[in-house]
Amino acid sequence: MEIPKDLKYTESDEWVRVEGNIATTGLTDYAQDQLSDIVYVEATADVGDELEKGEAHSAVESVKAAADVYMPVGGTITEINEALADTPELVNSDPYGEAWLVKFEIGDQGELETLMDAGAYEKHIEERES
Amino acid sequence: MTEPLIYELSSPGRVAVTLPEPDVPLSDMPAGMVREQLPLPELAEVDVVRHFVRLSQLNYGVDIGLYPLGSCTMKYNPKLNEDAARLTGFAFSHPLQDPETAQGNLALMFALQEWLKEIGGFAGVTLQPAAGAHGELTGILIVRAYHQDRGDTKRTKILIPDSAHGTNPASTTMSGMEVIEVPSDERGNIDLNALKGHCDDCVAGLMLTNPNTLGLFEEHVQEVVELIHGCGGLVYGDGANMNALLGIVRPGDLGIDVLHYNLHKTFSTPHGGGGPGSGPVGVAEHLVDFLPGPVVDIVEEGDDEQPPLYGLVKPAKSIGRVKAFHGHFGILVRAYAYMRMQGKSGLREVSDYAVLNANYLRVKLRETYKVPFDRICMHEFVAEGHWGDAPDIHALDISKRLIDYGFHPPTNYFPLIVPEALMIEPTETESQRTLDAFVAAMLDIARESHEDPELLHDAPHDAPVGRLDEVRAARQLVLCCKPVNIE
Amino acid sequence: MAYIPHTDEERQQMLEAVGVEQIDELYEAVPPEFRFPDLDLPDPLSEMEVMDELTALSEANLEVKHVSSFLGAGAYNHFIPSVVDHILRRNEFYTAYTPYQPEISQGTLQAIFEYQSLMCELTGMEVSNASHYDGATALAEAVILALNQHRGKRSKVVLSPAIHPQYRQVVQTYTQGMGLTLTGDEDCDNGAQELMALLDEDTTLVAVQYPDFLGNIEDFTALGEAAHAVDALLCVVVNPLALGMLKPPAEFGADVVVGEGQPLGIPVSYGGPYVGIFTTREKYVRKMAGRLVGETVDVDGKRGYVLTLTPREQHIRREKATSNICTNQGLMALAAAVYLAMMGKHGLRKVAELCYHKAHYAAKRIDALEGYSVWNKKAFFNEFAVKCPRPVAEINAGLLDIDILGGYDLSEDYGQLQDHMLVAVTEMLSKEEIDDFVDALEELSHD
Repeated sequence: MEIPKDLKYTESDEWVRVEGNIATTGLTDYAQDQLSDIVYVEATADVGDELEKGEAHSAVESVKAAADVYMPVGGTITEINEALADTPELVNSDPYGEAWLVKFEIGDQGELETLMDAGAYEKHIEERES
Repeated sequence: MTEPLIYELSSPGRVAVTLPEPDVPLSDMPAGMVREQLPLPELAEVDVVRHFVRLSQLNYGVDIGLYPLGSCTMKYNPKLNEDAARLTGFAFSHPLQDPETAQGNLALMFALQEWLKEIGGFAGVTLQPAAGAHGELTGILIVRAYHQDRGDTKRTKILIPDSAHGTNPASTTMSGMEVIEVPSDERGNIDLNALKGHCDDCVAGLMLTNPNTLGLFEEHVQEVVELIHGCGGLVYGDGANMNALLGIVRPGDLGIDVLHYNLHKTFSTPHGGGGPGSGPVGVAEHLVDFLPGPVVDIVEEGDDEQPPLYGLVKPAKSIGRVKAFHGHFGILVRAYAYMRMQGKSGLREVSDYAVLNANYLRVKLRETYKVPFDRICMHEFVAEGHWGDAPDIHALDISKRLIDYGFHPPTNYFPLIVPEALMIEPTETESQRTLDAFVAAMLDIARESHEDPELLHDAPHDAPVGRLDEVRAARQLVLCCKPVNIE
Repeated sequence: MAYIPHTDEERQQMLEAVGVEQIDELYEAVPPEFRFPDLDLPDPLSEMEVMDELTALSEANLEVKHVSSFLGAGAYNHFIPSVVDHILRRNEFYTAYTPYQPEISQGTLQAIFEYQSLMCELTGMEVSNASHYDGATALAEAVILALNQHRGKRSKVVLSPAIHPQYRQVVQTYTQGMGLTLTGDEDCDNGAQELMALLDEDTTLVAVQYPDFLGNIEDFTALGEAAHAVDALLCVVVNPLALGMLKPPAEFGADVVVGEGQPLGIPVSYGGPYVGIFTTREKYVRKMAGRLVGETVDVDGKRGYVLTLTPREQHIRREKATSNICTNQGLMALAAAVYLAMMGKHGLRKVAELCYHKAHYAAKRIDALEGYSVWNKKAFFNEFAVKCPRPVAEINAGLLDIDILGGYDLSEDYGQLQDHMLVAVTEMLSKEEIDDFVDALEELSHD
């Protein structure tokens, strides 16, 4: 299970990469493994939408399950990864790279404090598994 | 052998049906509105018959063997029902002909409404909903309309136990109301403390499946109903499991305000490979005015010489139609035939033997398969299809292996609150001999799971096709065949 | 004990295995004060008694086989080849459940796949689901598809007044909690032009019928373009049999095509069960409610079929599902598939043309009668409205005396169409029957 050290994480299995005022987010390796083969990714928000922390911006589907993907912190959507509509399997093969879901302008930098680092997220997964 | 698609059997110029030539003068065709191509297949009658007969042989049905699909009540479908629905006066009467010329149909529908009212303990019934889920939507819209009518518009929360079928929350969303999930306790009942926390003046109602999806009669049903009524809400009963309650208890007597029946489960109408079903809804007195219209009623009393005159009447505050015409009439005829055969005593026996059969299987299997809520069940129970000492075996493998033994698998992975669930509902129409054969197969499979797990992973071995690639189906959508041999 | 196989001895053995003495002991969780109610229900009957009773009830109805029927209005008496019911009576089809176990359900799955294919060909659309309950509920689901497509950000639905009145009522019922505005059908004269004027940035869907409830056939290309200009969807409600000769709605730019499949091999059966056709464009497939069959391969690479895109559905998405629907009309979809396979490209065309020519013959003759006139100004298919010299109910009563089932009385649904009868003509009516009908109308023009 890959949990890159340079990212932040949510309890609902999203990762966040922060570059200045812009954040990139996607589903973690653990989440894609739980969902198994992803067959569909859909952005449920539009560029320009202002979403709060915890609001859904995307939905992903495997053969047997579906999951919403939530905003790790509040912000305004600036970019949606359109490529995933045709290549949803990237979520399985490259969850932290090509399978980023959306980019957004962070609303309140202070909210980033609520996220977990890699160590805390790893622990969080272990607790759930036991 | 793979059966070709209907288009692959087509040959240009082949014809199955002969039709008369026009006996009237021809009119001009409508300018600019005639289609150029009609890409339908061209076959002879014998091609069509053999194609669909061969397809039928790739199916498993109740007429072939045990179909213990939990929560689906796959009981035997009496042949009489099929003949009855095809009687000319039923099959060829028109839904919009004057009700005075359809008195046979209306008398049948009226009797069915009356019987369903009596069985459920309700004051009114609509036969319009086309399926259980459709009945749910109808019932929830009635709940909404009731509160709206009283000006109680802030009631928008519908409480739903976590063990409920997925249709309950989906129906609630369609009604425009909000779903609040309530957890179950360790005995499989609704967690009363959690429920209390949600009871306030925003509650429109609660959806209750009783017996619940674990096959257990809700032990606190009266407390649950009192709590909901106490805060001004209504209780919706999901009647999917009515097969356990005929003559045993009337949901209306327990305080349930509205409930849907599944004629295709409880009252023996066939499932048809996914439909048509029928989902009548029963309501208590205070909701009768909100039923979808029209309902059948007596518009002129009869006497010794004359039968009453039946008509179609729209309830005063009706939520409106949920379907065109009068519901799935052909299914209503089948249910009528069944209820008339069974009568009062027969319907009670239906539940008695459904419950006996389920408990018999439970005790015969529980030494081998863990039954997580192991108490006397109603018409079905849930076992786990997984063992700690056979970690690679899942409920799905057991199900697929059952196919090799000639049985339809139980319901898998539902309810979600039991891991690796195998939900087993034998129904009353299965004999002890059939049940024993099923038990023997299940015990064999448990042994194979430990000794030869690959045998299960590769199952089924004896079906028309092996396990199918569902990921490919979803990623590379092929949803219709591109016709071949079409000019 | 109808349909229950247990002998006394077997019951005894089973009770012992369970560990109780009698069946009543299995119900201890049921509150005792309500246990075993004394139900007021009739006693059981034997099979022959039940069949006698049902035969008597069925014979208390008028039915279209023994009269000349000019009644349509959404349910049509067409020829049904014998093969259709022989296939429907295959117990492997009708006693099966929804095909959750594809390995032993390939018959149902392939038949539905073929049904989907045939619906796509008829309508010209790209995808079809495995069917809805009926035409009315299919239309309601089309509205929900459009709302979801606009993510709930639009709230106006434009409905043509010439959509079946009961279908519009069902849309009203389905959407009553959704805070929508349904408009367009206030005036029965509203045609494509008037509907176009109602389209705006808040419109999610505009729906029309083809042929419409009053029989008219019209090209909706301009309406489709106007809808797309404001990013709204065009839904066309069809009579699939008419598509045997008429241009498919896909050519108008339709985004969703729904309809009542009853004319395709299903008897009128007092209103059901029928089959709701639902087809759309591929880009909307994931917003489409209902079951869907897709092609794939098994472990050995052999072609096979499965239910696909199931995560859209209620058992996984629960409150976020596209719809609450779990069933389709499997057996009725099979009937439509068998019917179309039997009719084939030549047969369906011929049936449609027979309906068209006979209806036009009837219309011409009726229009020539004193006191009667055909209301339709545009082209029509096999149904048309007739202005009558007397209330339709009175005329129909007179027709019934000579075994003719008259047309549908439009006065209740359309205020402006008092004394208007909607006449339907199918291939089942001979020239002689049409002539008798016309003669009878003439006789009935006065008291």
